[in-house]
Amino acid sequence: MAATLTIKGIREGLLVSLPEGDWTEISRHLLETVQEQADFFRGANLALQVGERNLGAADLGRLRDALSDHEVWLRAVLTSSDVTREAAADLGLEQALRPERPPAGEELEPLDATLPMEEAVLVERTLRSGHSLRHPGHVVVLGDVNPGAEIIAGGNIIVWGRLRGTVHAGATGNESASVSALDLAPTQLRIAGHISISPARKGAPRPERALVRDGQIVAEPWSPAGGRWKGN
Amino acid sequence: MNGQVVTITSGKGGVGKTTATANLGVAFASQDQRVVCLDADIGLRNLDVVMGLENRIVYDFVDVVEGRCKLRQAMIRDKRLDNLFLIPAAQTRDKTAVSPQDMVRLTDDLRADFDWILVDSPAGIERGFRNAIAPADIVLIITNPEISAVRDADRIIGLIEAEEKGPGKLVINRVKPEMVRRGDMLGTEDILDVLAIELVGIVPEDESVTVATNQGVPVAMNASSKAGKAFHNIARRLNGEEVPFESLGGQDGFFGKLTRLIRAGGEG
Repeated sequence: MAATLTIKGIREGLLVSLPEGDWTEISRHLLETVQEQADFFRGANLALQVGERNLGAADLGRLRDALSDHEVWLRAVLTSSDVTREAAADLGLEQALRPERPPAGEELEPLDATLPMEEAVLVERTLRSGHSLRHPGHVVVLGDVNPGAEIIAGGNIIVWGRLRGTVHAGATGNESASVSALDLAPTQLRIAGHISISPARKGAPRPERALVRDGQIVAEPWSPAGGRWKGN
Repeated sequence: MNGQVVTITSGKGGVGKTTATANLGVAFASQDQRVVCLDADIGLRNLDVVMGLENRIVYDFVDVVEGRCKLRQAMIRDKRLDNLFLIPAAQTRDKTAVSPQDMVRLTDDLRADFDWILVDSPAGIERGFRNAIAPADIVLIITNPEISAVRDADRIIGLIEAEEKGPGKLVINRVKPEMVRRGDMLGTEDILDVLAIELVGIVPEDESVTVATNQGVPVAMNASSKAGKAFHNIARRLNGEEVPFESLGGQDGFFGKLTRLIRAGGEG
């Protein structure tokens, strides 16, 4: 397999940084990744960091069309090459992220390129209906996730509040991902390729964590006595 | 005067935005404040009908925006209350005839002459809604005790927070205490659980609203009707008065009322 892509959640969507190497091979690898992790990528806006490669409008156009077959929208191409920048401009693609953001290519690199999925975002507000949050790493919400809101994360999801919306943890295929909430009552809960809906609740809400066990999503209550999750 | 702009919105249609706008207008005006109601539902105007002023329209809001008349010329004085005015929407145009900047500019002109500028928003979250919230100091979100209306209200709150107009104040309209008591309808607590914003009014379902609407006389003209009283109380709360939430005739007793008060007041 070719060198790995790094994927990072940004305000506009996803930032994908391509490694060095042959363009044909790398772009095929990108398309394979998008196909394999269709659940995660579907509907995403993509910014592509291509480094100093010289690419023509035909190269970028082909990739854009191929991505759009998977409902992934190429919006921006970040590059240090003038040739590529012109090609991107010809196709109407952005050549920079929003101006108020740090200069492209520097601070936008993942903190540690070897652990791209270990990054977490902290959301300090309630996610209301219609809000969609997508992040390749973990997601932590200090607030509620209301019905009609969705979170799609490559890693774990932790909600310090009521979880009523739709969540997808391990959306890139990670079966060991989990979803924890003080009140776990999602409209729909997915982990990797598994789907479940919340059973009708009996009694008062309590902190729970959902994870995949023996091919099924199960929810385990947190027990204050041991200070740990029952199943561990 | 330095009037406040209150935008009345809901996301979902048919929950009572226009009724609420007309009745709050009447309530403020009968408390001796100068009020203008602005119908921002361009293309589907009906605030004029609810207020019984349809046959007096000469110019409308789009005429003002496009410079065919002065703001004053489009203002219609209410038949009964000297302090209450209406600026009707255009019926023959659509939402694109007005921009958010137009809304801000024209409401700013009105601030000098009025205590309250009430903007009746169209349903939905598109251009018309964006226009309506652009000038708002206060966004009043109307919802019904139904899951679909609450879901849309939640979406609206998210949108106005994104516009930094949030979080808004909540009015629950068309509550049937009987059904809530039987557990067949969402209660106030259930709704506040999800929306978590300040509650400023609970309006009971009241047949006299339908009668009043069809006659073009807002129900708040009759302060003895249950719904009319609820609208008067909302106006007083928006004026900064502490008004206890009206008992809806339920038999939930002291503790039920106490819970309502705490819920309504203890929210941050």
